[in-house]
Amino acid sequence: MLQIVFDALTLGSLYALGALGIALIFGVMRLVNFAHGDVIAFCVFALLWPSVDAVAIVFAGNLPWYLLIPFVVLVGAGLSVLCEIVVFRRFRDASPATMMIASFALGFVIRYFLLMLFTSRPKSISLLPALSQPVEIFGARLPLLQLITIVTTLLVLAGLTIFLRRTRFGLEMRAAAENFAMARMLGVRANRVIMLAFALSGALAGAIALIFGSQTGTADIQMGAAIMLMAFIATVIGGLGSLGGAVLAGFLLGAASVVMQVVLPVDARPFRDAFVYGAVILVLLFRPQGLLVARGTKERV
Amino acid sequence: MSLLDVSDIVIRYGRLTAVRGVSFSLNEGDILFITGPNGAGKSSLLRAIAGVTPIVGGSISLDGKSLAGLAPEDIARLGLSMVPEGRHVFGSLSVEENLLVGTGMHVGKNGWRARVASDLEAVYDTFPILRERRNGQAGLLSGGQQQMLVIGRALMTNPRLIAIDEPSLGLAPNITDQVYERLMALRAQRGLTLLIVEQSSTRAVMTGGRMVLMRGGQIVLEGDAREVGTGDQIQAAYFGYEDH
Ligand SMILES: Nc1ncnc2c1ncn2[C@@H]1O[C@H](COP(=O)(O)OP(=O)(O)O)[C@@H](O)[C@H]1O
Ligand SMILES: [Mg+2]
Repeated sequence: MLQIVFDALTLGSLYALGALGIALIFGVMRLVNFAHGDVIAFCVFALLWPSVDAVAIVFAGNLPWYLLIPFVVLVGAGLSVLCEIVVFRRFRDASPATMMIASFALGFVIRYFLLMLFTSRPKSISLLPALSQPVEIFGARLPLLQLITIVTTLLVLAGLTIFLRRTRFGLEMRAAAENFAMARMLGVRANRVIMLAFALSGALAGAIALIFGSQTGTADIQMGAAIMLMAFIATVIGGLGSLGGAVLAGFLLGAASVVMQVVLPVDARPFRDAFVYGAVILVLLFRPQGLLVARGTKERV
Repeated sequence: MSLLDVSDIVIRYGRLTAVRGVSFSLNEGDILFITGPNGAGKSSLLRAIAGVTPIVGGSISLDGKSLAGLAPEDIARLGLSMVPEGRHVFGSLSVEENLLVGTGMHVGKNGWRARVASDLEAVYDTFPILRERRNGQAGLLSGGQQQMLVIGRALMTNPRLIAIDEPSLGLAPNITDQVYERLMALRAQRGLTLLIVEQSSTRAVMTGGRMVLMRGGQIVLEGDAREVGTGDQIQAAYFGYEDH
């Protein structure tokens, strides 16, 4: 039982972090960033040398953890900011649909860049191997990694909340997320706020890459896409643009996936995701605006 | 040299020309009302001055410096504070947080913390209801309180010129009186320059100052508010009888 709770929390953490990365950017520029998943994949591959072998040639992956973590997080933030400067900045005034398509295209560019260097074959890697050791809590044996994932996620969420509530940057981001045009008329610098949102989102992508990479022990070009889809759904269910909603829905989706894995009859388990999506549709039928409505979106004309 | 110079500006939305060749200038401490019927192009004009809506012709300068190509945040940082139509409070932020959004431009300057704190007190003195509700969510304020909040918020940027689009819209007359009373007091205290858009000339006549009347994207009448606003021409100009 405890195992199920922890599985749900671990998966939920990944979805919540992913959803937060999408919601942050959506909040400030109404962009649904489908390239986010590829940024996650890029972060994992940034640890490897280009090669076509099934066993990865590790490069930065051998760094001690206190260097490895900042490295990956910075790679994510850097790539994400680069995407903003090179691509999304040019689409600021475009319609949300145009921006979304631009993000698809950018995602493909990143994916094919990785494909070129690494081929499509997934590679086995061992990131932070110490973390796969089991620990005992409340009589259950859990991989240390699960515990760290959950704790890290909670710390990230707490840190982000404090940042948004207590700092000037945070105040400007919240104002901009609610009404960007008005914030600018009050002197809030658009470029700074948007770059910050991308940097935070990219840093979250780095965190996901570390967690997912250590969990699965593989570097796979498709890995980002899988999390992204669920994370995207979480942002929609949570109420697009609502950070709290994104996190809540991420955890709910994680829980739903894990619970269905357990309760569904064995024959139906391969179709688990279909059931999860079914639940998603039900939620949206009853609350089309999402679980928590982002405040700004109501007032926007 | 005048504080704000608007010269022959033209604004288009696709094929519709909303403003066609409007010019005026404002000196430090002036008050200018832009009046005119719905669709006259008043809001477009104000948004263009704030750098929100692009112009296709003419020029705008503040203190002799051209505002061409400047982003809204740059213009705000030069001391031109805009209160757009429809108020736009940040509803999920507290009242005090709303007031602080526009103070980022002071950060890092000498003694800015003390300055922001004293500006905040000044706004609370002007609008005591905001002090009472300082920690409350701004979205829950009444319409009149929200109007006070957005004016207070604009003042927190320490502007030299404040441009307000229809401050009386949706407010009870006695609340509008209060808002205007405070604005006039601020003008007297710190030489604030005011550019105010209203549909009707009633307020302009009550308050005094200069007034222009816009219709169809052009200025059709201008002069001293008390003279022009009460004269015979105003009806004709407002409704456009003189065309035929
Ligand atoms: N964003 C916009 N897009 C297209 N047309 C607009 C836009 N804003 C205003 N207009 C048009 O421009 C004209 C002037 O509008 P506006 O500046 O809002 O006038 P006013 O504030 O005097 O009522 C109107 O015909 C209006 O329909
Ligand atoms: Mg208007």
